[in-house]
Amino acid sequence: MSNENYTGIWVYAEQEDGNLSETVFELLAKSHDLKAKLGGRDDVTAVVLGDDVERLADTLFAYGAEKVIAVENDNLKFYSARPYARALTDICNKYRPSIFLFPASPLGRDLAPRVMCELLTGLTADAIDLDIDEDGVFVQTTPNFGGNILSHICIREKRPQMVTVHPKVFEPFKPDMGAKGVLITEKVDVEADDCYTVIGSEKRVFEGCPIAESSVIVAGGRGIKSKDDLEQLRELANLLGGELASSRPLVDNGWLPHEKQIGQSGTTVKPDFILNVGISGSVQYLAGMQKAKCIMSINNFAEAPIWDVSNYGAVADYSKLIPAIIAEIKARKGL
Amino acid sequence: MKILVFVKQVPDTDDVKLDPKTGNLMRDGVQSIINPLDANGVETALELKEQVGGTVIAVSMGPPQADDVLKKALAMGCDESVLISDRALGGADTLATGYPLAKAAAKIGDYDLIICGRHATDAETAQTGPIIAAFLDIPQVTLVEHVTIEDGCAICRRLLPDRYETVKVKLPALITVCSEINSPRYPTPLNIMKALKKPRVVWNAKDLNCREDMIGAAGSPSSNKKIFEPPKRMAETKYFRGDAEAMAKAIVDTLEAEKII
Repeated sequence: MSNENYTGIWVYAEQEDGNLSETVFELLAKSHDLKAKLGGRDDVTAVVLGDDVERLADTLFAYGAEKVIAVENDNLKFYSARPYARALTDICNKYRPSIFLFPASPLGRDLAPRVMCELLTGLTADAIDLDIDEDGVFVQTTPNFGGNILSHICIREKRPQMVTVHPKVFEPFKPDMGAKGVLITEKVDVEADDCYTVIGSEKRVFEGCPIAESSVIVAGGRGIKSKDDLEQLRELANLLGGELASSRPLVDNGWLPHEKQIGQSGTTVKPDFILNVGISGSVQYLAGMQKAKCIMSINNFAEAPIWDVSNYGAVADYSKLIPAIIAEIKARKGL
Repeated sequence: MKILVFVKQVPDTDDVKLDPKTGNLMRDGVQSIINPLDANGVETALELKEQVGGTVIAVSMGPPQADDVLKKALAMGCDESVLISDRALGGADTLATGYPLAKAAAKIGDYDLIICGRHATDAETAQTGPIIAAFLDIPQVTLVEHVTIEDGCAICRRLLPDRYETVKVKLPALITVCSEINSPRYPTPLNIMKALKKPRVVWNAKDLNCREDMIGAAGSPSSNKKIFEPPKRMAETKYFRGDAEAMAKAIVDTLEAEKII
């Protein structure tokens, strides 16, 4: 079948217990940008699977969906890969979208590869940018090799062109609560997967505020020489009312838990202020923090990618400078 | 119990660079290692074998030198290895990688559990595990940080951003494991010696009965249009100068001016 028969930009509207993922709203906004660059003929459609998910349509319209396809079945009430992939595959075969975007969340990354195998198409992983090139080809940008190299990937022949997209790389629209769109309800026939049962769930308890929500972050990287030095960064973060975070090496060596990791394989942050200490700045790290309003960095090396994104910098030995900053703040605060 | 563990050879560095003249990857001098998360997968397989008995077969795909990671897996304690190696398989995207791996699992047959790392550290797609499971039409449990076997099922604890989720999955199934699941053991000299005598096979695409239009570059729906280094210089940097005290004063002045404190 010719690719001309595949039209429309779809966003997988990931939901759990009726709560839509924020990334869905980001992808809906970006879809309008892609639509404009493709000439405007592709509708922006949100596809939501579950049980009683029609009620989410108004929220999806408010955030930019022109159409909502609500795929309903009792057996889709809770996520499991095989029934979800089966239902999505049938819906794709029926409507033939050209582009299909998924949040690069644990669920999106569990589900999308299975749909891709059913459709025998391409699936680009964890894109940090999406664009239409001068020839009208849909191009995805992904980091490789720990993030030092970026790739432009495209899916030339097969449809839909599937992509999982990193959270928080695009801005959502301000919701327009009165927005209207076309709601299509699909009552699909899909069997439950008796082989896969969720038997327990336990909330994780975190120290401090999640780094994605913190307005001030002090982050340490490979240059931090000891755990004691890391504690100094924690003290500085506390003085600034912020959170301690890190690049990948300090998580790999077990000094900090994964949820404190900034970057492509960790968390994307957009704080008002971030101080990078001993971080040279791999692409995947920069992608995870370069939308911070104010970036300050301390690094021994005058030649490091981190300077490209920094508003302020000190080429210095952090082990002397951090205590001096802590002392100066304490002196001014009268502590 | 028969456990298959899939391992990938990756470059041992985040410092892979582009040749400024050709724009190609410079791989010379870059050491290759077992993908660290696949080492967690091997450890998981060996611990399960110690608990319930059985056989662990390590499987890899790549050029002949990818055999090094299989030697490592055998030296850690795996019982057998399978290397899938064929020029026809080169240039594959994730779909054309998962397909021959699934064919290999089917050819080995009678597996109860397939284990993969949650992702490889080179491209971090995290797709290969789910793709293998999809081609085999078996359930998958991703992001597993604890697993036990009970009555023909795996009880898996998943590490999700906000919670631990426990999933009971009927075998055969595929799981992908996080680094949090264990610390991979080191090969002992005795096991390195033993590894030399273990059964090892090499299969090509024909051995696996792969469809020619589903392997290699031709079987890959997605392609790399271009690789490049990230765009440079996005901010003008104001540098602080002087000794530590002078810098600290200027930095705290700036924090006040930016209304951080």
